[in-house]
Amino acid sequence: MYDVVIIGAGVTGCAIARELSRYQVKACVLEKCEDVCCGTSKANSAIAHAGFDALPGTKKALFNIRGSEMMEAVSKELDFPFVKNGSLVVCRKEKDLPKLQELYDRGIQNGVKDMRIIGREEVHEMEPNLADGVLAALYAPTAGIVCPFGMTIAYAENAAVNGIEFRFDTEVNAVRKEEEGYVIHTTRGEFRTRAIVNAAGVYADAIHNMVSGEKLHITPRRGDYCLLDHTAGEHVARTVFPLPGEYGKGVLVAPTVHGNLILGPTAVDVENKEETCVRQEELDYLLDKVGHSVKNIPIRQVITSFAGLRAHEDSDDFVLGEAKDARNFFDAAGIESPGLTSAPAIGVWMAEQIQESLQLPVNPEFIPNRKGILNPAELPMEKRNELIRQKPEYGTIICRCEMISEGEIMDAIHRPVGARSLDGVKRRTRAGMGRCQSGFCSPRTMEILERELGLPMEELTKSGGESKIIVGINKDRW
Amino acid sequence: MTVREDRAEKGKRELVCIGCPLGCMITVTCKDGQILTVSGNTCKKGDQYARNEVTNPERMVTTTVRLADRPHETVSVKSERSIPKEKIFDFVKALKMVEVKAPVHISDVILSDVAGTGVAAVATVNRL
Amino acid sequence: MLSYDIVIVGGGPAGLAAAASAREQGIESVLILERDHTLGGILNQCIHNGFGLHTFKEELTGPEYAARFIDRVNELGIEYKLNTMVMDISSEKCITAMNREEGLFQIRAKAVILAMGCRERPRGALNIPGYRPAGIFSAGTAQRLVNMEGYLPGREVVILGSGDIGLIMARRMTLEGAKVKLVAELMPYSGGLKRNIVQCLDDFGIPLKLSHTVIDIDGKERVKGVTVAQVDEHRKPIPGTEEYISCDTLLLSVGLIPENELSRGMGVDMEPVTSGPVVNESLETNVEGVFACGNVLHVHDLVDYVSEEAAAAGKNAARYIREGAKRAEQAGCVELAAEGGVRYTVPKYIHTDRMEEKLTVRFRVGDVYKGCYICTYFDDTCVKRQKRPVMAPGEMEEIKLQKQKLEEYPDLKKITIRIEKGGE
Repeated sequence: MYDVVIIGAGVTGCAIARELSRYQVKACVLEKCEDVCCGTSKANSAIAHAGFDALPGTKKALFNIRGSEMMEAVSKELDFPFVKNGSLVVCRKEKDLPKLQELYDRGIQNGVKDMRIIGREEVHEMEPNLADGVLAALYAPTAGIVCPFGMTIAYAENAAVNGIEFRFDTEVNAVRKEEEGYVIHTTRGEFRTRAIVNAAGVYADAIHNMVSGEKLHITPRRGDYCLLDHTAGEHVARTVFPLPGEYGKGVLVAPTVHGNLILGPTAVDVENKEETCVRQEELDYLLDKVGHSVKNIPIRQVITSFAGLRAHEDSDDFVLGEAKDARNFFDAAGIESPGLTSAPAIGVWMAEQIQESLQLPVNPEFIPNRKGILNPAELPMEKRNELIRQKPEYGTIICRCEMISEGEIMDAIHRPVGARSLDGVKRRTRAGMGRCQSGFCSPRTMEILERELGLPMEELTKSGGESKIIVGINKDRW
Repeated sequence: MTVREDRAEKGKRELVCIGCPLGCMITVTCKDGQILTVSGNTCKKGDQYARNEVTNPERMVTTTVRLADRPHETVSVKSERSIPKEKIFDFVKALKMVEVKAPVHISDVILSDVAGTGVAAVATVNRL
Repeated sequence: MLSYDIVIVGGGPAGLAAAASAREQGIESVLILERDHTLGGILNQCIHNGFGLHTFKEELTGPEYAARFIDRVNELGIEYKLNTMVMDISSEKCITAMNREEGLFQIRAKAVILAMGCRERPRGALNIPGYRPAGIFSAGTAQRLVNMEGYLPGREVVILGSGDIGLIMARRMTLEGAKVKLVAELMPYSGGLKRNIVQCLDDFGIPLKLSHTVIDIDGKERVKGVTVAQVDEHRKPIPGTEEYISCDTLLLSVGLIPENELSRGMGVDMEPVTSGPVVNESLETNVEGVFACGNVLHVHDLVDYVSEEAAAAGKNAARYIREGAKRAEQAGCVELAAEGGVRYTVPKYIHTDRMEEKLTVRFRVGDVYKGCYICTYFDDTCVKRQKRPVMAPGEMEEIKLQKQKLEEYPDLKKITIRIEKGGE
């Protein structure tokens, strides 16, 4: 019997798990995919929003501000990449200037600090590559960029170190209410628990509706993105948004914490909760739109395009807290933008709710700090050589685009909640994420996975499930 | 009569020479199975290629065999000389169960008279 | 700090030929840095034959061709370091490299020869719509898996792009037991050599569809199929021509990009058309004493030309070591202009006094030309018209310039190479 089962190992589920591990709790995270960070958390804008978008009084506004304020400290505590690079909402038409003011006013109401509306001259000086037509902008210096993989993995690792279990490839089929709590039926057996946290992303409505009469409805809202190579990473220094539209914050142009440039997202409501395919018309729209706020984007430097699904709930707000008709069933549903920013705050708040309800004692052995995978590139030469003397694998570069060593890949595999697939290694180390998109390094990374996990090459996957990479050996069918 | 001869009899065949990267377009005219003219080639090899191609086409074959105790390494091999085109698959299949032990050197015979072609498969790589 | 006269970055065909040539020119202090565990570079995975016809007058497989040069390098006693990644080269030619034995270390070089080769364009660069499942490989990755490791990455294959590696892999996978259902090529002509279409596709009945592309990828975890459509003259898919082809694998052979991150880092000027360094008659970049050759300079069709070019780079680097300080300051030089269907030239500049008696100028054309002429203009004067039965973008072209001829035009500013139709 668990005290708590968290359904979903995205950034929200992992943040809740970590915050919950501050208490003495027997808890487990169930994830239908093979790794953490496989759904919405892996395909988004990677932005820590300042908090002027959401309407005052909404949960989105509240948790955005709180999360934004926590982000820097959490990123240090858990050692994941976060840069406070500031954001600009750019305005191109005189008649739209009031909208900029409206955003500013909303930000003030929400409690966003240090915002300014700046004029043409100053904004172009700040960002020389802004489109010539930009007249003014709302500048929010508290906005930042974050590595969503790094953040989710950091939370998960720290949760695991503090005693939270993780079960992958475990999909929830049904939840049954019992006297003592719940029984969760999964593809890997039954789990009994006193409380449930529903952090199932686009599936959170389905999970919620298994126990509650007050139905939720989540629409997957697909967003397509393009990622550009490092050579384009300095095209803008700040995150550049257009004025927001009906479907959210519009198509942004932003640097990433790893020095790439990201463009996106589009917004299309879809039916299928697995529909993460990129569409030509979306890419065309995207590449057209970004030109309205930023000029001369080197489109030839695109190294990949991808799509993510936002979990848009009909109420247009986060659904947080205990379900009215299901005791100890806690929702963290409808977590779309600013979900990544809000995750630290949601984690803390949710853990408190659960603690109050279950009366969990404080965990005296809680370890608050986590150290990320060692990045030898950040070490001075002497330290790096000392490291290579201790573990020569740090001297062998496997991913030549991102300069990732065998030692880092081995580390990624052997950490708590370690990598088991090519994508798992990629999200933890960036090996394979560069301009050749794993063309050179994937066979070598596979050999390392085979050796370190003791799995045959034929069993290795790109991202779990049926995503096997090798289908046989030469001449096996002759 | 093979399909190829059949075509050759129809009078005219257009070929791309594979003798070198130039890829000359060669025209061969035939009558009653006899080659009348070869044109379009830039060298003697092209002429020879075209004549062979309409009567008895041959190809070099390259493939791999396994290397004992080294699951991540193969030994690449080739047919020592070209073999009849229709024997390509037989040649490859005959090497299915072949596993060699290091050291292997370039030109080492890996299997002789592969699939009755009279042609050996030889190593094209050093595995020390 | 280690110090060498010439450091060669890359131990593939270009690096090996450059090293041997530099040593043969009498330079003792030569070092090759190679990131892989063997010398030979990408040739090691090119197990098909067809290499070396120009260089050795016989057809060799890739590993055999490489072995000839490796043997030569060993005979000459040239030093090399394997499993060694060059992390950075400064504009002062200080090289930072790393391997597991020595860690991170620096080398001072008097001359550097860039011979890093190229990489394949990945799917991302094409922005193909659809899912991102397993089963999408660049042709070269599949080549490594099949040829060097003996693993089959797929059973039913569609290949996008008719570059040579894609064509070669169509045959290789067929022979190893996969079914190659189609090769789709965006352009109205193949990007590969004609003979590869004959012996890799036609021999096995594999269809090649020109002016076709992949417009969708199906399959969330592993590829289940692709949708192929015909494209119009603007390379846009034509509605109504879509065809779904079930397959578990999509191989991409859509072009090669010179790997010039190190070159850029040290301030080498780049030619946008080739994505390679701008070089002069000595294959020297704008950074003095830094030379480039092989696929890092521009993507070649035949390795024989790589070897030839690299030998020239090695020789020129040797000459730089011997005469570098004494070289006359350049007042001016002749610029080569690529026009009328010629996409680029290598080299781009010629210092007449430094050129050899004969200089090879290599280039590619932008379209298929039949029965046309390669015309060479010295300023406005046409000095040569050479007929070519066929020219295609997939094949490299060359002309030779005579030093003597250039010297006849002392005020020469510009040499233009262009394609002209017959009869003009």
